[in-house]
Amino acid sequence: MINAALVQFKPRKGEVEANLATVADVFAQLAADPPALIVFPEAALTGYFLEGAVYELAFETDALAARIDALWRASGAPGAVDVVLGFYENALGTFHNAALAVRCGEPGGARIQHVHRKMFLPTYGVFDEERFLTRGRRLGTYESAFGCTAVLICEDAWHSLTATVAALKGARLIIIPSASPGRGLGAVGELESNARWKAILSSMASEHGVYVLYSALTGFEGGKGMSGGTCAFSPRGDLIATAPALGAQIVRIALDPDEVDLARATLPLLGDLAAVLPDLWLDEEIPVVRRFEERV
Amino acid sequence: MIFPVIEARPEEPSLAIDPALTAEWLVAFLRDEMCERRGIDRAVIALSGGIDSALVAYLCARALGPEHVYAIRMPYRSSSADSLRDAQRVIDALGIHGETIEISEAVDGYLRFAPDADARRKGNVMARMRMLALFDQSARRGALPVGTGNKTERLMGYFTWHADDTPPLNPIGDLFKTQVWALARYLGVPQEVVDKAPSADLEANQTDEGDLGITYAKADRILNMILLGFKDEAIVARGLSPEEVQLVRRRVDATHWKRHLPTTALVSSTAINEFYLRPVDF
Repeated sequence: MINAALVQFKPRKGEVEANLATVADVFAQLAADPPALIVFPEAALTGYFLEGAVYELAFETDALAARIDALWRASGAPGAVDVVLGFYENALGTFHNAALAVRCGEPGGARIQHVHRKMFLPTYGVFDEERFLTRGRRLGTYESAFGCTAVLICEDAWHSLTATVAALKGARLIIIPSASPGRGLGAVGELESNARWKAILSSMASEHGVYVLYSALTGFEGGKGMSGGTCAFSPRGDLIATAPALGAQIVRIALDPDEVDLARATLPLLGDLAAVLPDLWLDEEIPVVRRFEERV
Repeated sequence: MIFPVIEARPEEPSLAIDPALTAEWLVAFLRDEMCERRGIDRAVIALSGGIDSALVAYLCARALGPEHVYAIRMPYRSSSADSLRDAQRVIDALGIHGETIEISEAVDGYLRFAPDADARRKGNVMARMRMLALFDQSARRGALPVGTGNKTERLMGYFTWHADDTPPLNPIGDLFKTQVWALARYLGVPQEVVDKAPSADLEANQTDEGDLGITYAKADRILNMILLGFKDEAIVARGLSPEEVQLVRRRVDATHWKRHLPTTALVSSTAINEFYLRPVDF
């Protein structure tokens, strides 16, 4: 079994050091019984809505990985841990909404496992990401403590194709750092946006036979309430555990790699898709490749 | 064989809210935006005796504790005695602080220089005087003024610009009037306050629905569909008259400016809120 901890909290807006101190608090709390994997939300070090201040508060990946590693070591926890943390990335003057996957606590120091740059930057309604950020161009996988893993950030996960691609590339675990302004008070007991999230995550998990871990910001940012609901879904699509919408929370779960095998054996949709995909993909009516006249 | 038929009709987007969930969300909003962000745990509210400010008082009492909520009643000499009495019901029910500040002398002092002011201008002077007093009362108590405008009146432009809309926080500004009613009933706002006809109480026998020319129940349905992008024909197909739809759409379109900050001439590439962009909580 692989133990994981999903963290939900409200960062102090723009106060990077205070938020790193919160990361340290989480590490200290978990140090006595450390999990193999810790997931923090999207934009965890700054808050989500930054507008032009993103250029002042973005991190270079190497520097951030070293800080997180140092915090883990300072916690006194034995051994190594995989940390996934959402942050704004400064990649030599190109700015991304990104998530860092880093193994902390190894003898050689921080080992960056993966950086996912958010591909779908919501720029409509309350969202304005692409005004300030550049979209990622690649959906990769990496070897985490659990095995083959992919990271999607927030709206990345609202497109069923991203999880499909990740699963086809071998992902058995999909980690989703998120920052989702809650809306819709018409449903009983749960924000409509959170109910939508859970439907998406459950469907993603059961269609591909993957564990899905969702870690979200909570608390209000200038009237917009981040809707928490940090949760985990089994490869059969069942909700394993969830946090409420409001309040800081750590959700601890145990992931069993055998569950992925069993789910895929019982419902082999991913294998079916791999077999049929060439027929779907080569359909000329799907605009997979832009025609020349559209490019110029 | 006769097949059973299920016939789908055009649906209307619902205005229903889960009041428990809504209350929890708005209380969290008040705590985060006041206590966490600003370090202020006291609120002042202009308590009119109507349902909007009563609801805000209930939300603030939940969020901050009644001992941290200050209700200021600010009657003018022509204000209804019922308004004062209904405001007192809210103060008594919640156990919040109450204070009455007569604005008659201050308003009349100015109006001596504006003898030609009609009812509309007088109403605006009263609204702005109340806001002046509310902000001063907030400074006196180290408290924050909390706004009470609902989404319906904001969209219809049925408020005095830079008066009712000035408090830096508003927990109910994204709730339509009919949703305000639902939430107020859930929170136990006194029945007399919930049931009475809403009124700006600037003139005798004035009602909101009389001023607006349409009931809140209909206005909210139309507004909701307009905001969701429904065309006029689609709204009419859901049971509203073309005249009602036009009335509401005209009011919305004529008052966009009231929902914005003043228009500033842009002359540089560092213009505030155009190029220099920072979120309000930064």
